[in-house]
Order: sequence, then structure tokens, then C-alpha cells
Amino acid sequence: MTTAPLAEVTASNSTLRGFLHGLPGVDRVGADARAAMLGTRSIKTTSKRQAIDLALRMVDLTTLEGADTPGKVKAMCAKAVHPDPTDPSVPSVAAVCVYPDLVATAVQALGGSGVKVASVATAFPSGRSSLEVKVADTAFAVADGASEIDMVIDRGAFLAGDYLKVFEQIAAVKAACGSAHLKVILETGELSTYDNVRRASWLAMIAGADFIKTSTGKVSPAATLPVTLVMLEAVRDFLRTAGRKVGVKPAGGIRTTKDAIKYLVLVNETAGPDWLDPDWFRLGASSLVNDLLMQRQKMATGRYAGPDYFTLD
Amino acid sequence: MFEYAPAPESRDIVDLKPSYGLFINGEWVEPLGEGREKTVNPASEEVLAEVAVASEADVDRAVQAARKAFTVWSAMPGSERAKYLFRIARIIQERSRELAVLESLDNGKPIRESRDVDLPLVAAHFFYYAGWADKLGYAGYGADPRPLGVAGQVIPWNFPLLMLAWKIAPALACGNTVVLKPAETTPLTALAFAEICRQVDLPPGVVNIVTGAGETGAALVNHPDVNKVAFTGSTEVGRQIARSVAGSGKKVTLELGGKAANIVFEDAALDQAVEGIVNGIFFNQGHVCCAGSRLLVQESIATELLEALKRRLGTLRLGDPLDKNTDIGAINSAAQLARIRELSDAGEPEGAERWSPACLLPDKGFWFPPTIFTGVAQSHRIAREEVFGPVLSVLTFRTPAEAVEKANNTPFGLSAGVWTEKGSRILWVASKLRAGVVWANTFNKFDPTSPFGGYKESGYGREGGRHGLEAYLDV
Repeated sequence: MTTAPLAEVTASNSTLRGFLHGLPGVDRVGADARAAMLGTRSIKTTSKRQAIDLALRMVDLTTLEGADTPGKVKAMCAKAVHPDPTDPSVPSVAAVCVYPDLVATAVQALGGSGVKVASVATAFPSGRSSLEVKVADTAFAVADGASEIDMVIDRGAFLAGDYLKVFEQIAAVKAACGSAHLKVILETGELSTYDNVRRASWLAMIAGADFIKTSTGKVSPAATLPVTLVMLEAVRDFLRTAGRKVGVKPAGGIRTTKDAIKYLVLVNETAGPDWLDPDWFRLGASSLVNDLLMQRQKMATGRYAGPDYFTLD
Repeated sequence: MFEYAPAPESRDIVDLKPSYGLFINGEWVEPLGEGREKTVNPASEEVLAEVAVASEADVDRAVQAARKAFTVWSAMPGSERAKYLFRIARIIQERSRELAVLESLDNGKPIRESRDVDLPLVAAHFFYYAGWADKLGYAGYGADPRPLGVAGQVIPWNFPLLMLAWKIAPALACGNTVVLKPAETTPLTALAFAEICRQVDLPPGVVNIVTGAGETGAALVNHPDVNKVAFTGSTEVGRQIARSVAGSGKKVTLELGGKAANIVFEDAALDQAVEGIVNGIFFNQGHVCCAGSRLLVQESIATELLEALKRRLGTLRLGDPLDKNTDIGAINSAAQLARIRELSDAGEPEGAERWSPACLLPDKGFWFPPTIFTGVAQSHRIAREEVFGPVLSVLTFRTPAEAVEKANNTPFGLSAGVWTEKGSRILWVASKLRAGVVWANTFNKFDPTSPFGGYKESGYGREGGRHGLEAYLDV
């Protein structure tokens, strides 16, 4: 599962540590300034229209609550397929994201719509359990039909410097995924420094991640522009070094069209336009969809409709 | 590909007159001579307005007005002078969109820069020196330091309104009156500033604006009743000024050219270093006296860094300065474009390798693509002479000592940059560099509280901060 040119890196915790700590540092002030500058890009008219539809197609429509029920999940699936039932030109979102026990419900509700089912797993959101439990959690979701698994890394092990343990867990979960795609949640709000974000990104990619994802949405801060910038730099550099392309998914706190467009600009000018596709970039969000729909309708009609004209599912 | 649709800032907010007179003694007056010059939009070569060319007699009128106003202004309590300066600062903020558009029209710089860098700094400079006006006794220049009198100020075209602020704010705070000459290619924001002086009811004659070219500047600098000369511009003109005022008793500050080294060590935060290199040399089309025009990169990371830099240059957006997404605007004038071309054309024959990203230049106006030269040696002209354009020379070094030696091996000494994640190295290198400003892990950052000025042929005197007061006080 390890990417070949970096195979020797994971020989031991000390070689892994040497590699991760040998990555170039990230200057926080500079990274923040770059993300802020890209946030000033002015995306209007035709490019805004294009961006709104692209953002819709990239959404992982998410519900991760203790109170989730089959009814709630079915309703959300209906919304995922037809975000705006009155306008068939509105594209479906990329996927729905639910807890493992609701995967079967979601798979059934989505049928052959093309919208994928993603499931969080591995003792989400804290990741505090045994490897056996994490693997079983993953296998359960995959068996029920999840085509994407959003796992969490063991932040405790990462912060303790036990990188090999984090690596082995990701690799084991990847094996349990079979053909399902693996998104690795770094929970950047708990990693705190951008240096850690870069190291965790590489660690996850070396261990076989198909996507690296910022956050669970349960910790503040969740996704931020500069953290996503650092992760986009990591996937860009990983492709060059290891020859394998990895996707990025910021999640949590992305609520407005304006926010979403800032992320698309960030992708465009950091990893490059090759990543501007639902296969390589996702937005983990829920309320974002209605704002995208509202802006989309505004662009088409010139008027804003009230919030009651957009379904809450 | 995600193309950004044009997002131009509207120019309707700017109210251009077909022609402008001189601003003397609080009034718009016609010049005594017949001289008129056109100022053009460098992005389109469209004529924006006609401005007066002040003759020696006009300059004399302005200096006399300033002299008369000095009696009133210098006797005014500092707290009263501060009120005027605060008012100017607030009006600049209120009118910042208009001033930013005007600056981009006349200068060619991207609206993103005039809006996000120039104008906020202009207001900040007036706010900062407004705060000093009633505290001069605590600045370290004695209990009651006195102003000098009439200041003759000549400013360049690269940051027209910001350079005006750097000159006028401290002069007025200290109790001097001024006659300012903006650059001939960028007079419009200075003329808008004259309107602001009227808007705040500044006493007549405290600020006088005379437009014109080199001859007007020479008349101002050489006027016998000017007590202080402040100049920002080329080293060549700076030398002439220093010669002509020698022995006159006039106090002089000169802020001249530069050939700054931007030193990137192998342990630098590479992605941010790339941003810093881009900001260092392509900010304001490289029309920056402190531009990081010489990149000194440690040989062990040179290939990797250059690859990243070239990739990054591929994303720069060159075009309409008023488009909010433009990164690189127009070259300010045909003359400057010719100078950039002449020096760049000397690069390859001397042995350097030239590279620019694929980049469409507009048909009209003055444009130059972002350009880097690799394989540059210290002896090449492009490594020694100031290009004042979007042209970067890349040199390599092996050890910190070699980096410092190469960085200092220039007749200039205005600024330098150091990129490393190692704090002790920053301190060591900074202490060895002979440059007025040393940026660590950043570049081209300005703040009114920070003194700015050069070593060697980059000039003398400091502007900004507490140090900037000294140039306008009799100490």
C-alpha cells in the first residue's frame, strides 16, 4: 500500500520521523497572508455561475449527529440527488456522509443516482479506540455499501511523536477499505501548527490515503483557508515526489457561497486546475448547499428568494 | 480550467478635470509660463488630463506662500496641527476607493495593490504623524524642538500618493510648510490631495503642489528660501541634488536606488519563500526602490526553489490594472519600459539565462512580462544595476558567509531579505548586512512606525517612525 519511492521512509519510527521533520517548514504569517490574498479574488458573472455548480458537485452533504434517524438520512439523500427539486439543471452533490449504522439506509435511498455514500469510521470523531475496533468499524461500513470511508487519525499518537503508529493504523484501515476510497481526517484544529498539518498530510498520503481531509466538524477551528492551502501544497508536492495524486477535502465551517468560491480559487492557484473536480476536491458541508442554491437562483433571476423557498433536509 | 471573468473596478468614482493648474497658497492658479504636459494612463496610453508645468517663477510663488504660512503653522500648538492631520487621514480613508482608482489609472499599478497596500499605508502615515505633532518634546530631540521652515519635496512615480504621505505628514507634524513636486508621469493623486487640503481647511500655503518635470524639481531644490530638501528617486538625480545644495545649509534627505538581496537558505519555509520572492520583485511591477531584485539562493535547494518559483510565476495575472484580479499591471512609462528592455537585453549576452512564463501582453500601453535570469554572476549588469522593473536575477551561494558577502557586494544598501526557519541565523545575517531594512521571512512590508532609508548609494536620512521626525526638526 505504501507508495514505492517513499517505501524506505516507513522502515521505523525514526526514519519516518526524520522524513517528516525534514519537510520544509511552514511560516504561519506567510501562509495566512497568501490565503488572505487569494481570498480577495473577485469571481463574478460567468465564472461565478461556473463556480457555484462546481461547488455543488463537490459537496459531501453531511449529517453526523447522535440524533440522526433513517428518516433524516433519507430526506438528506433526496436533497443530495435533487438539491433544488424545482430546477432539474441543478447538479447532484458528490456524496452524502453519515455514521456507519446509517450507511445501508443511505445506499438504499440513493439507489442508482450516482451520489456516493461516505461513512465516517474508526471511532469517529476522537479516534480513541483499539485498532481492532477501528478496522471493524470500517469493515462494517464497507460491508453495508459505503464507497468512501472518512477515518480519523490518532492525534494523541501523532502529537506524542509516534508517527509509525499513526501510519500503521491508516494502512490497516486502508486495507479494510478494499475498493472503497479512503479519506483521512487530520483534525487540524487539534494539530495546531501548520508544520504539523504538513507532516500529517504527508504521513497520511504515504500510508495510502486517497483524500486528506481537514476536520471532523466537531472541533473548532474546523477547516480554514490557510490550513487547506498547506494541504493543497502537500498533495501538489506528493504527486511530484511519489507520482500519485491525492484529493483534498476541507470540512466544517464552510457555509456561504463566498466561502466555497474562496476554496475553489485556492485550489486553482495552489494545486492547480487539475484538482478542480469532485474526484479530487470535496467540500464537507451541510448548510452550504442552500446558500449555493440561493446564489444560483439570484444569478438566474436577478432576485433573491426567501429562505423558505429552499428545502431544509 | 477555472477562468476568472473580468472584474474591473469602476472608474466612474473618479472625477477627472481636463486640465489642472498649480496649487499655491490654498488656491488653484494658472502657471505663469505656457508649459503644459499630458499625463497618460500607461495601460492604454489614453490621455487622462493636462497639467501645468511650473516655471522657476511659479516655484518662487509657491515657496513665498509656504514661507508666509510657516509663521502661522509653526506657531500653532502641536495639538492643533494634529487636528488637521487627523482630519486629512480620515478623509483619505473616506475617499480611499476614489484615490486608489486614480492611482491605478495614472500609475498603472493593479487596483489590488493601490486598494490594499498604498491607500491603507497613506492613511496610516498621516494618523501616525498626527499623533506625534503634540508630543515632539518626547521624541528625544530636546524639550521643544523647532521646525526647519520650508521643505522642498520631490517625489517619484512608483508610489505617488504614498511618497507624498511619507514627505508631507512628518513635515507638517513638526511645524514645517511644504512645496511638493510630484513626478511628471503621476501628478494626479497629488492634485487630488490638494483638494483634500482645501476640504480640511488647511491654512493657505501650508501645502503647495507644483507640477512639472526635472527643471521644476531643480528650481525647487535650488530655491534659496527652501530650508529642507527631501528627495526620493534615482541615485543619479540624488547625486545632482547633493552637489547643488552642498554648502547651502539646507538639510537634505535622499532616498535613492537599490539592488536588494533576497537570501533564501536551505532551511527556509519554501512555499512562503516563493511568495516572498514574488512579492519582493513583482510587487508594483518591480517599480520599488527596495525590491528584492537579486535572489541569492543556497545551491543545495536552487533547483527545487526555481522549479517552484517558475510554477508560481505561471499563475501571475498580468493585465488591466483596474481588474481586481490583476497581479501585474503596466510599466509606468515608455521611458521606463525602454530602460527595462535595455538592461534585460544585456542579460543574455553576458551569459545569463532568461525565462518568462507564457504571458499575453496587451496591444496598447507599456508592458513587460515577469522575467527571471538564472546563472547570473555578480559581475553582470543585471546583478549590479537597478532595473526598476519586473526582472529578477538569480544567484547562488554555498555558505552563510558567502551569502552575506554577495549581498553586501553592491554600491546600494537599501533593503535585504533573509529566509530561514532558524532564528539565530536571521540575527547573525541581519547584523552583517549593510542595508537600511532587513526583512526576515517576509519582504516589502511597510509600517509608518518603522524607519526606512539607505546605506551607501541608496541615500541618507530616515523616513518613518520616531527617526523620521529628525529630518524635519532643527536638531
